Amino acid sequence: MKKHKVTQNIGFALLFLCMAVTLFFLGAIIYFITIRGIKVISWEFLTQVPRNGMTEGGVAPAILGTFYLTMGAILVSLPLGLACAIYLCEYSPKSALVNLIRMSINNLAGVPSVVFGLFGFAVFVKYMKFGVSILSGSLTLGILALPVIISASQEALTAVPQSLREASLALGASKWQTIKKIVLPTALPGILTGVILSIGRVAGETAPILFTAATFYTRHYPDSVFSEVMALPYHIYALMTEGTHPDKQAAIAYGCGLILLVLVLLISTIAIVIRQKQRVIHG
Amino acid sequence: MDRRIVKIEARDINFFYGSRQALSSVSIEIYKNQVTAIIGPSGCGKSTFIRLLNRMNELVPNTSLKGAILLEEEDIFDPSVDPVEIRRRIGMVFQKPNPFPKSIFENVSYGLKINGITDGNFIEKKVGESLKKAALWDEVKDRIHENALKLSGGQQQRLCIARCLAVEPEVLLFDEPCASLDPISTSKIEELILELKKYYTIVIVTHNMQQAARVSDYTAFFLLGELIEFGKTQDIFTAPKDKRTEDYITGRFG
Repeated sequence: MKKHKVTQNIGFALLFLCMAVTLFFLGAIIYFITIRGIKVISWEFLTQVPRNGMTEGGVAPAILGTFYLTMGAILVSLPLGLACAIYLCEYSPKSALVNLIRMSINNLAGVPSVVFGLFGFAVFVKYMKFGVSILSGSLTLGILALPVIISASQEALTAVPQSLREASLALGASKWQTIKKIVLPTALPGILTGVILSIGRVAGETAPILFTAATFYTRHYPDSVFSEVMALPYHIYALMTEGTHPDKQAAIAYGCGLILLVLVLLISTIAIVIRQKQRVIHG
Repeated sequence: MDRRIVKIEARDINFFYGSRQALSSVSIEIYKNQVTAIIGPSGCGKSTFIRLLNRMNELVPNTSLKGAILLEEEDIFDPSVDPVEIRRRIGMVFQKPNPFPKSIFENVSYGLKINGITDGNFIEKKVGESLKKAALWDEVKDRIHENALKLSGGQQQRLCIARCLAVEPEVLLFDEPCASLDPISTSKIEELILELKKYYTIVIVTHNMQQAARVSDYTAFFLLGELIEFGKTQDIFTAPKDKRTEDYITGRFG
């Protein structure tokens, strides 16, 4: 066999191996979490409050808490992030300052999430006196999700062909009419994809809610935005590090992990479906 | 015999992209209800010129303009003039068909809606009329609520023309409207232009000289940002006064 063919085959084999290893870990995560988590999943587990020092009952308050925090975060970050992206893409002059702003936003995405947690604690919990609450947690998570939403929205807006803007303006539409009626609807699937991906990220974050929203245990469901809540990721953390029945607690933690995993996978699937639809529309 | 009414007059236009001069001292008169063709090799400034007529070049950053363009004796670049208003009076059809990713009906009704028209019956009537004027009605009347992107390129371009007509402009600008179309679609657009000139003043940029000869009454030849020659199409093509015009139309360069 010729030498370059051998080299090529070795190359392919290496690439295949890397792919296989990656796939193995991905499969292993899903397999182990499912095997260990599925045992505790039951209707009761999904709908009841925890009992007997976290060792029995369900995790309904944590599921609900994660839902509230995630929705709250999106309510904070979507309008803010979208408005910011529209300004940067459509209105701001192309200057060095704007480039600097863009770079800063990208850097914001690299800030460790526990630092966001500290910031949220200092500003929302203490300074603004919102306390440890859904409000403080949602604001903190919202800021965390902001860079993802801004860059996804920016990408979606930039992908709208300039010719559509020109067509609209040439018909006598104002700039704002053009953005509202042509640019935003065309970019919407891309923006939604960004939103959904950030939901996936926000739902699983632990560190930012550690000091701002989460509580280890409550029998009560939250009654206002100022209530502290249980949340799935923090619940897992607490089950694995505190308490007196490590075995029983670990089983419940895996159950929570499975619920979280299913939630995030579900959300990603929706994102993929929306993106497919967008491809159909725009060829 | 000479009943020419000046619709648009460009006076000594100089236009710059940054420091690069794209147009030098261009003066020209566009006559009402006539078709004026602008021809010239690539990069001669013909598209730049036509995009000045409805102030589309303002969307390009870092440009500057000297001179005046009068639409019925009003300078369209006067600070008191709203470009949105100018673009309502002067419609434009672009090089590549650019329908909105919406239904055929929504494409044509868009211009009416942004002008604040809400009367559903009126909009429906106007959409039908515009599609008929653009010679597209018979092909789409049964699927008017389908996505416009499903139409062929030639149909899309006629849809873009219908979309312009719906807002009742006075002038229609065509920027190489057949550049991306096949010969059959091209001849349909050309027939349409000849039909539309009864109602509108038309300016068409083309680098197809046969097309200019077929559809236009007047022809302007641009070269390197300058207007070399302007006159009746017949005269330009049979007895050009300038050597460069003659070289271009006989295909010696281009």
